[in-house]
Amino acid sequence: MKVRLLDIAHARSGDKGDTANVGVIALRPEWFPVLQLFLTRERVVKHFEGAITGDVERFELPNLGAVNFLLHGALGGGGTLSLKTDAQGKVFSTAMLRMVLDVPDAIAERYHLPRAAA
Amino acid sequence: MSRVVRVASGQGFWGDWLEAPRRQVEGGPIDYLMLDYLAEVTMSILQKQKERDPRMGYARDFIGAMESIFPAVAERGVRVIANAGGVNPDACAAALRETARRAGVSDALRIGVITGDDLLPRLDELIESGHRLANMDTGEPLSTVRDRVLSANAYIGATPIVEALGKGANVVITGRSTDTALTMAPLLYEFGWAMDDWDRLAAGIVAGHIIECGAQCSGGNCLYDWRTIPDLANIGYPIVEAHEDGSFIVYKHPGTGGRIDVHSVTEQLVYEMGDPREYITPDVIADFTSICVADAGEDRVKVFGVRGRPPTDKLKVSIAYRAGFKATGTLVYAWPDALEKAQLADRVLRERLDKLGLRFDEIHTEFLGVSATHGTLSGETIDAPEVQLRIGVRGSDRPSVERFTREIAPLVLNGPPSVTGFAGGRPKVEEVVAYWPALVDKSVVTTSVSVE
Repeated sequence: MKVRLLDIAHARSGDKGDTANVGVIALRPEWFPVLQLFLTRERVVKHFEGAITGDVERFELPNLGAVNFLLHGALGGGGTLSLKTDAQGKVFSTAMLRMVLDVPDAIAERYHLPRAAA
Repeated sequence: MSRVVRVASGQGFWGDWLEAPRRQVEGGPIDYLMLDYLAEVTMSILQKQKERDPRMGYARDFIGAMESIFPAVAERGVRVIANAGGVNPDACAAALRETARRAGVSDALRIGVITGDDLLPRLDELIESGHRLANMDTGEPLSTVRDRVLSANAYIGATPIVEALGKGANVVITGRSTDTALTMAPLLYEFGWAMDDWDRLAAGIVAGHIIECGAQCSGGNCLYDWRTIPDLANIGYPIVEAHEDGSFIVYKHPGTGGRIDVHSVTEQLVYEMGDPREYITPDVIADFTSICVADAGEDRVKVFGVRGRPPTDKLKVSIAYRAGFKATGTLVYAWPDALEKAQLADRVLRERLDKLGLRFDEIHTEFLGVSATHGTLSGETIDAPEVQLRIGVRGSDRPSVERFTREIAPLVLNGPPSVTGFAGGRPKVEEVVAYWPALVDKSVVTTSVSVE
């Protein structure tokens, strides 16, 4: 089943130099395992392909039901060097939430995940 | 009930809401008001101001903020801790004294000033004695940009602030202290926590991280269920109500807008986070995977269980250096085919820049309303009512960047049709001041504290 990340998580992003961080937080604590299983580093690399020049790091915070990503080379040089509107990575959060995850039907049903609109 | 210490956040950056400090001291009882003015590039802006006028180089908003809260400080005993000193804490204190004198409250102020974070006068000596001050992102030694360095400040911790409070200061002005130290220091001072009580110190850091961006933990910029966050016009800034054991409540004054719940606090916890297991500060390394967060009533969140461990023997240094010039111009193209028109204008402009022989390190084009913030993730484009073309250049040659700024407006008459939105005039050329994060041995930084 297709599940839109926006429907199961919220997020906030910020910057450190040319790196954007995106913290993705499960909307319900019981959905955190879905993020653990399907919001993988590889999936995020694919999502931001072409948009960032560096590597992606992934960290889990089970205590907050959150996963933190560092997207390196995301900000056109970062801070004051960048010519981007979003030079400080403030809205990488919602760019992340555009992601559509492929979740096996059995798991989607077990967690009562909302189905992405076609 | 055990004793609590209340630290309120009144400013999350230089440019934050001018009303916030006064609202924090008038909205209910607090013990400390914390004002955070410094971001990564703020120090370099202040350094430029100090070069023009040796009495400048601090966050001038702070003086106005203090004027708005003199009665609370003078009569009710609220103490203020601010990193408003920037690159000139002494000048900041002098300006505050003068304002206090005119307001007739000089006698009630004991101003603590913390210096020693400024490494600019010592840079050559440090480099000569073997400190590479390598860029933490690229590994390059500072010597490669040494002649362009504008400012260099070590991030200092809570200890000197605690010392100033101990000497009776009721206003503490620091330079580049860490944002979190401004909150952690009064807790350390009031509860007498030991400097190796890592869990409590880490709890103080987490408290600081939650409130250092002002209303960003109390409903501001909060994505979770944002439509239902009440009364943003009247938003309440956050307050930490701390207990001796290191647990604390985040709340706001009654009758204010915004929202404090597990969701708003969690969004702020992950803001600007690196590796959550090691949030490194001068005083302690906090483990953000240990933080427990729970709702504790309306607009009250309890935070507990924070674990910490000993810090490293380094301090982070914030260095700013001149890195060329940039300018960005915009034009708005209207339906129909707004994007196509904007794309054609971009091609025309680039061709003209090229024929003029101008060379830039970077030319960057965005189409606002279509793909500026989410790029190709934005998906299918509609025939938008309007699209803003935004084009910027960056380079080391100022005249080339100046020439670029003259090439935008002509497109109104000699480029694609249906164009408007150029009333702002020619774009301004800005000098780029870039950020160079580095590490230095703790042993080379000595802070000093004066209270008078």
